Amino acid sequence: MRHRKKVAKLGRTASHRKALLANLAKSMIIHGKIKTTDAKAKELRRVVERLITFGKKGTVHTNRQAFRVLQDRKLVNTLFEHIAPQYADRNGGYTRIVKLGFRDNDCAPVSLIELVDYKFPEEAKKAKPKKKTEEPEQNN
Amino acid sequence: MALPKRKKSKSRRDKGRTHWKLTAPTVVKCPQCDEPKLPHRACPSCGFYKGRAVISAKA
Repeated sequence: MRHRKKVAKLGRTASHRKALLANLAKSMIIHGKIKTTDAKAKELRRVVERLITFGKKGTVHTNRQAFRVLQDRKLVNTLFEHIAPQYADRNGGYTRIVKLGFRDNDCAPVSLIELVDYKFPEEAKKAKPKKKTEEPEQNN
Repeated sequence: MALPKRKKSKSRRDKGRTHWKLTAPTVVKCPQCDEPKLPHRACPSCGFYKGRAVISAKA
């Protein structure tokens, strides 16, 4: 039964919506924060928070579940090695949405969605640049 | 089928329309830059929300 399991349809078919949210989730992992419409941000929250929970569990199974959404080993690795550990002490609520106002073009309400207190892997990348290339084999 | 007996006069038509009103948006003062802004949204002029730069100011 799908009683009270409401999902914003975003004016798209199921497959289109899935692709859109996967795309937005990828952008979130790459950039840490993105600007999008209120409705998309609210729906994306659901997807990204689930991904981070997968990352915190860190098992082979959750790794594959995350890959099902992201379709990119590199991003799954950033999620598991870099993003998820930052939220070890936080029980949910990994994202923050700040409303920004209305888009000039179509007056759509726009929000900023970001990973809360996220630190980019910049310093970590310089210290151990080989790590990214070594990891993918383990996960196949 | 039930039908109107008479055309609605201009007067009656317009009387009904007196209830069509615009509502003024709620505007609050930005605690950071004192500019007017919409509540629960980042300030468009200074880009601050809840004491924190959320986005760089556009103008």
